[in-house]
Amino acid sequence: MKERLFRFVLDHPVWVILLTMLFVFGSAYGAKNLVFKSDYRVFFSEENPQLTAFESMQKIYSKSDNVAFIISPNDGEVFTPKTLKAIQELTTESWQIPFSTRVDSITNFQHTWSEEDDMFVEDLVLDAETVTEADMPRLKEIAVNEPLLVHKIISPEAHVTVVNVTVQLPGVNPVEEVPQAVAKAREMKAQFIAQNPDITVHLSGMVMMNNSFAESSLTDNATLVPIMFGVVLLGMIFLLRTFSGTFATVIIIIFTIISTMGLAGHTGFYLTGPSSTTPIMVLTLAVADCIHILTTMFYEMRQGVEKKKAIQDSLRINFQPIFLTSVTTAIGFLSLNFSDSPPFRDLGNMVAAGVMLAFVFSITLFPAMLSLLPIRVKQFKEGKNDIMHRLADFVVGKRKILLPGMSVLMVCIIAFTPQNELNDDFVKYFDETVPFRQATDYMQDNLSGMSTMEISIETGESSGINDPKFLHSVGNLTEWLRAQPETDHVNSLSDIIKRLNKNMHGDDPSYYKLPTDRELSAQYLLLYEMSLPYGLDLNNQLNVDKSSTRVIATFRNLTSTEQIEIEERIYAWFADNASSYEVEIASPNLMFAHIGQRNIVSMLLGTTIALVLISLILGFALKSVKFGFISLIPNIAPAAMGFGVWYLIDGQIGLALSVVAGMTLGIIVDDTVHFLSKYLHARRERNKDPKAAVSYAFASVGRALWVTTIVLVAGFMVLAQSSFKLNADMGLLTAVTIFIALVVDFLFLPALLMKLDKDSQPESSSQSKGTPTNTDSSANTSEGDDNDSVKQIA
Amino acid sequence: MTLLNKSLKSILIAGLVASPIIAAAETAEEKGMRIAVEAKASDKGWQDMQANMNMILRNKLGQESIREIRMKSLEVEGDGDKSLSVFDKPRDVKGTAFLSFSHAIGADDQWLYLPKLKRVKRIASRNKSGPFMGSEFSYEDLSSFEVEKYTYKFIKDEACEGGTCYVVEQYPVDKNSGYTRRVVWLDQEEYRPWKIDFYDRKDSPLKTLTYHDYQEYKAKHWRPDLMKMINHQSGKSTDLTYGSYTFQTGLSDSDFNKNTLKRAR
Repeated sequence: MKERLFRFVLDHPVWVILLTMLFVFGSAYGAKNLVFKSDYRVFFSEENPQLTAFESMQKIYSKSDNVAFIISPNDGEVFTPKTLKAIQELTTESWQIPFSTRVDSITNFQHTWSEEDDMFVEDLVLDAETVTEADMPRLKEIAVNEPLLVHKIISPEAHVTVVNVTVQLPGVNPVEEVPQAVAKAREMKAQFIAQNPDITVHLSGMVMMNNSFAESSLTDNATLVPIMFGVVLLGMIFLLRTFSGTFATVIIIIFTIISTMGLAGHTGFYLTGPSSTTPIMVLTLAVADCIHILTTMFYEMRQGVEKKKAIQDSLRINFQPIFLTSVTTAIGFLSLNFSDSPPFRDLGNMVAAGVMLAFVFSITLFPAMLSLLPIRVKQFKEGKNDIMHRLADFVVGKRKILLPGMSVLMVCIIAFTPQNELNDDFVKYFDETVPFRQATDYMQDNLSGMSTMEISIETGESSGINDPKFLHSVGNLTEWLRAQPETDHVNSLSDIIKRLNKNMHGDDPSYYKLPTDRELSAQYLLLYEMSLPYGLDLNNQLNVDKSSTRVIATFRNLTSTEQIEIEERIYAWFADNASSYEVEIASPNLMFAHIGQRNIVSMLLGTTIALVLISLILGFALKSVKFGFISLIPNIAPAAMGFGVWYLIDGQIGLALSVVAGMTLGIIVDDTVHFLSKYLHARRERNKDPKAAVSYAFASVGRALWVTTIVLVAGFMVLAQSSFKLNADMGLLTAVTIFIALVVDFLFLPALLMKLDKDSQPESSSQSKGTPTNTDSSANTSEGDDNDSVKQIA
Repeated sequence: MTLLNKSLKSILIAGLVASPIIAAAETAEEKGMRIAVEAKASDKGWQDMQANMNMILRNKLGQESIREIRMKSLEVEGDGDKSLSVFDKPRDVKGTAFLSFSHAIGADDQWLYLPKLKRVKRIASRNKSGPFMGSEFSYEDLSSFEVEKYTYKFIKDEACEGGTCYVVEQYPVDKNSGYTRRVVWLDQEEYRPWKIDFYDRKDSPLKTLTYHDYQEYKAKHWRPDLMKMINHQSGKSTDLTYGSYTFQTGLSDSDFNKNTLKRAR
């Protein structure tokens, strides 16, 4: 069956090429459906508890997605007639941003004051045309002393201010809504700067962040994928010295990427930050198959075998190992389906499909192309094994030191793993080259952080928010929150009520406190509410029945652990001080704060299942339970060590890194498979002792492992250059883990084998029981032996 | 000669203006305006009115809240109407009373009586776009219709619940309005509104108001028992139900001032 397929491929290469092209172009048609969903909510599954809590809070009050214009006059003073006029114009224009429902700025802040017996509710800067220099001290005084404004809309020094536009995305067309709002905001920014060259403007807010997810990932793909192609091209030409082979490989890669993405489009996938790395991952992983086939073919041709026969031999020899490693890699990626975050499930499924497609193309289209392309073979000496020979000698010679030495080193590195801090700060998902990150850092340095928590407090009683006891609790909470070192700002109903009480008593500052009478608060609030214009009402902090209120706290940018700690502190405060109310805390920040942990828990299960499956396959492939178990160590250790090394590199793990263990498992297992199978081949077929078998394994697969590792590490290092840190970290840690896997396979596994395998016969030895022969002979083994032995596995 | 020419011309012009040929060729703007004038005229003469009003507020999650209001209105010739509303629910604002003199042009005059404080407070004048008692109705949605408040454009005739409707676009004159335009469906028989679409400041659909269960009072004045307002952006809605309509109860100007506001209950 297999043989017939190979023969068909080689007898009718043109047909194979045409059929493949038909398939690829057919699937490419689906790529038009592949659109980027720019919404941070895609990172959360429907059943995510933090998402559910946040969504229901948004249904009770109003949505809090926003665009923030951060305005900094170059003269460091917001309160000049000219700047205020510019801000007022920007405020008015902001109502034109698509889906905007509310605009808050220093000029339209609803200032309240009393005059004689009347209370006035009016824009702080009513008509910027008429304000003069003389009004400035008064306006500044009001603004920087207003708890609703200071540290949120205006800095205490009044050198930076924000025009905050609340945007309510309908969610009908998630692909276009965010870019529409962003386009308008950017146009306004450009126009504003043109008209006010002495004012600097930054754009931040959740909408800008959502947009950055798409932009950052798409620019990545536009730069990183070509770089990766360059790396592959150079690497192959340099290492394999073949233009035709490189050309055919590039075609395989391109076809794999196109059909993977096309099929994803056909089946209704959409792109997200993580899943947009699929092309680069598939690219990296698809190269390996081609390298294996090419290497064997060249070896055969150098031995004088005619090209067509050489290709056929190579296919026959490589079919099973390539199939096996493709399946294990796919299983590793499929383990991402256990992730709590849908984009990673998509990534896993898309890459798994890509890896299998690469396998199919490698055994059909690739040989078909090779049979048509002119291929010349240069004779060159097989001197490459010298390094491996020396490495083998070193490992065999120093095995008594290497085993304990490596063990200690591995344990030490793994010991760092728990030291990693859990962190998903979505601001830091973007590196400093991304404008959103720059703007948000600037805001953090000059005004406030972007970490918010929305605290909904339910009294369980209609109009319950007017109960003096309740207001008192909210007031205490507000003060307590402000006293926390992490707090930048608290938006609370209690401040409004206090101010109204003062206004109703002729602006007497001694009445800046909460009324003790329920009806009084209710009537103040009614009066105030009846005075507010469109878009500035209290619906964002009161529910329709006035039975609950939402307090919004803004903190400096915090790590996930810190956020979860504050969340617990707030719940503890309620338990101690206001236990009769029902409290819910939610926010996008908290969703991200919890997802890392949730994802780690779910991925532990996924990775374990993948490990069991892969170990079973290995056990069958190696035909040995014992070696199946031995293989567990070099398969598990690299990921654990990778996280240990990560502590030394970065020390913060989150959503993206929690999937790396599962993802790399399927890749690193290939090294173990190759090494162990060669070792066992030497033990079983050639009756070598463990030392000789180790040398044999080094000589036969050492270089191949080294080359594929270089390609894989290079590929994931390219990904590590992403401006989207979620992807960059994933790439870097994967590269580190794959490299560690090679070190473990070269320095630890052989020493372990020589220790555990002793001189006894391999338990499943199928042939003679002769004593091992000299080790030197194996050093001359070339890739031909490699290929013979590969046949034996799987 | 010139004099004769001039007078001849004026006669001709006068004749042309009055001619039905021109009337048939009226522009969409003129037709819209004509419909507005006719609509206003058709309801003229109701003098004064009293009714009970219930508001049911709902959010996207389905939570509800009820407001109960008693209201009195007085027709004012040549300007907007006067109205006085007394709040019965929520309980903690019971007895709060709201007095409004709406004006055809410019900001309305509004006062609120706070029983706990026993004081009448004037309310900011630029709030006409703001929500009324936290509902999806703004003041401008609830205040009386005056021809001068809008400019008009007739769009088309369309079948509607009340038979055949004029569909007219109305553009608010006041810059403090929360809308760029309203699209109104008025039936051709009685000039009753059946539906209004509201468009926000960026001309996106904001709200839709529908009128239900019209009753005829005094053989001329049609009033709905139910008005439903849905906010398309926030997913919130408010139902307004009316009951116990009475017309021409003998109210006069002296029933609508700051003193009566204090005594309202």
